[in-house]
Amino acid sequence: MPVPTFETVEITTDILICGAGMAGCGAMFEAAYWAKKNGVKIVVADKAATDRSGAVAQGLSAINMYMNTAGGERTPEAFAQMVYNDMMGIVREDLAYDIARHVDSSVHLFEKWGLPIWREADGKPIRSGAWQVMISGESYKILVAEASKKALFDAGGELYERVFIIEPLMDGDRIAGAIGFSTRENKIYVFRAKAVLANMGGAVHVFRPRSTGEGLGRTWYPPFQTGSSTYFTLRAGAEQCCQEIRFVPVRFKDAYGPVGAWFLLFKSKATNAMDEDYMVTRADDIKAWAPFDSVKPMPANLRNYLGILDEIDGKGPLFMRTDRAIAALAEKYKDDPKAFKKKMKDLESEAWEDFLDMTIGQANLWAAQNVRPELGPSEITGAEPYFIGSHSGSSGTWASGPADVAPPEYQWGYNRMTTVKGLFVAGDACGASPHKFSSGSFTEGRIAGKSMVKFVLENNTLPNLDPAQVEEFKGRILKPFELYEQHKDYGTTDEVNPNYILPRQYLFRLQKIMDEYAGGWSSSFTTNKAKLEVGMQLLTWLKEDGEKMIARNLHELMRLFENQQRTWQAESHVRTILARDETRWPGYYARKDTPTLNPDLQKFINLKWSAAGGWEVVERPMIPVFTK
Amino acid sequence: MPAFVIAEKCDGCKGQDKTACMYICPNDLMILDKERMKSYQRDPQLCWECLCCAKICPQQAIDVRGYADFVPMGSACIPLRGSEDIMWTIKFRDGEVKRFKFPIRTTPEGSAVPDGGFGPGSKANDINDQYLFTEPESAGMDFFAK
Repeated sequence: MPVPTFETVEITTDILICGAGMAGCGAMFEAAYWAKKNGVKIVVADKAATDRSGAVAQGLSAINMYMNTAGGERTPEAFAQMVYNDMMGIVREDLAYDIARHVDSSVHLFEKWGLPIWREADGKPIRSGAWQVMISGESYKILVAEASKKALFDAGGELYERVFIIEPLMDGDRIAGAIGFSTRENKIYVFRAKAVLANMGGAVHVFRPRSTGEGLGRTWYPPFQTGSSTYFTLRAGAEQCCQEIRFVPVRFKDAYGPVGAWFLLFKSKATNAMDEDYMVTRADDIKAWAPFDSVKPMPANLRNYLGILDEIDGKGPLFMRTDRAIAALAEKYKDDPKAFKKKMKDLESEAWEDFLDMTIGQANLWAAQNVRPELGPSEITGAEPYFIGSHSGSSGTWASGPADVAPPEYQWGYNRMTTVKGLFVAGDACGASPHKFSSGSFTEGRIAGKSMVKFVLENNTLPNLDPAQVEEFKGRILKPFELYEQHKDYGTTDEVNPNYILPRQYLFRLQKIMDEYAGGWSSSFTTNKAKLEVGMQLLTWLKEDGEKMIARNLHELMRLFENQQRTWQAESHVRTILARDETRWPGYYARKDTPTLNPDLQKFINLKWSAAGGWEVVERPMIPVFTK
Repeated sequence: MPAFVIAEKCDGCKGQDKTACMYICPNDLMILDKERMKSYQRDPQLCWECLCCAKICPQQAIDVRGYADFVPMGSACIPLRGSEDIMWTIKFRDGEVKRFKFPIRTTPEGSAVPDGGFGPGSKANDINDQYLFTEPESAGMDFFAK
């Protein structure tokens, strides 16, 4: 393909929503209502097709955040306290509480739209844990997209699918829009907006995955989450938070099928090769993380840590004892062969649905390995690290909290607005606001959606676009094609050329650096200052060489920019780990030169970047709101 | 388990400019070869195996083959997605076949109404307060009326 000629499409709107996963759908759904009342225009850009975009593309087998406060089950206050503990004392309780008081509304809407929620005969939801409910969620995203798109179109909004956003456009210290390109046509999109929402997901493939052949794509979180949110907000100048709090999910080995239902619904236990329950035998190993060693439930990272210690000690593999769990559940029917048979069949179906609704690859792996969960155990292990603001990880952008709850230090005007005027975040993009999962991400999108309409009404001027900035970014879209055209005939092999680097090889180089120097799986999630400093040097050269990535088609051009985004996510992570001289989340990463928790560091270590000033670390106080 | 297209079954969605699989793949992996009028998976290393492509294919022309670097050969996981439920056929390496059917939605396709029947929300009137669209009715309680 010779250097393509791009048509430029300019779109002016009041609100621009970048990303249409769960948070983006929540934002368009909610903003549409308030926008229609107030004559405000909404435009949405989605990298994929909204019916199946974002982390819920494949479906889910549970909604992991549902209070049922009206039904007397859980309270937002208790939720805020739970996330405080799970995050080892560093979290924005105001943000978590804010989601919790609205999330039931979202879940009830999902059910009305047609999402099958598992319920007891008396109507009570079937829980697979304190905060989770089981669903038949193969079409979860399709349902949410259906209602959200209807709301958007009814309010006169527009949706642009297959448009990949690459940079924010700025008018001084205010966001002015975004630029991106179509992954299907030679079109560059220049969006001009009064308010912009970044909810473009978390980041995957920053660290080297355990599988690097075809299985490279079988990551736990989807491989199409590439650090877009962190990159976009950093480049706009927005302060980041919790960029050290990665997430390491312990899952069924290799295909990363969910363990939540096994642990919490089927009451299964995991043991090591010697059949020891490491949660019991290793209880003393987490005493140094008091008081969090004794909170219930045990923080996810501490649970991880105990298993990791066993694996380091050569006591792996770790096994999920599925056979014993199923036998125990069927035990009470043992004297009634007919009831026993039915119970076993129901349990088998539930176990397979758990995988087929959200991790089909795990079902296939079990079938390929002749695994019958009722007959024997299955291996579990810690996956590679991910950046995700919605699960038991907390990385993202620092956002203003709700006016009626947030302490003054945590609010500067509009709910979910970043430190950049007019730029909002939700979902994986919003940091220090974990455990929101699918329903909470949708809900946080709703909160941001309403807040953005308020912003537009009170700041109703169209920011100016800087033509030089637009031209610079257009140039970046063209350059990878030009570079390839210029050098492609130098050698006789496309892949090997001293003048350029292919996006795929660049990705492998990034993953190797992060895995080996920043505490990936190959070092059992350990690192130290010296390693991180070597890693920073390697990342610096990588970034320089990133200017020599080429693209031979629009798909490869998308991969190129995805890699650039991942690199900024990686650098944010390394810089923040370097700035935090302690080990607070030992099951996510351990700084072996500062191996314990330091109570004096119970504060946020935030990070920001500017073209003029480079990177800057900013400390912010940790203020509990509900935890005493 | 990268998805792949069975050549004999694929009809390129009958000559439209994009196929159903190409429309839906969240990772932009399916592409139409216009000369052969067949779609293909352009980058098996980045397939998340979500099977959005297989579920939407009108010809049932998309199957998966377990990731060659860690999945033993011989299994299958085949979806048949209808308007109310999804039927799965699971084939084990040792030949056993299991079949499961799960609901996917309780309402007719395309019928989701944004307000879910709760109405716009009796208190969702003020852009400056905390009430969201459909609240407090959709929440089942009035959180802010303390």
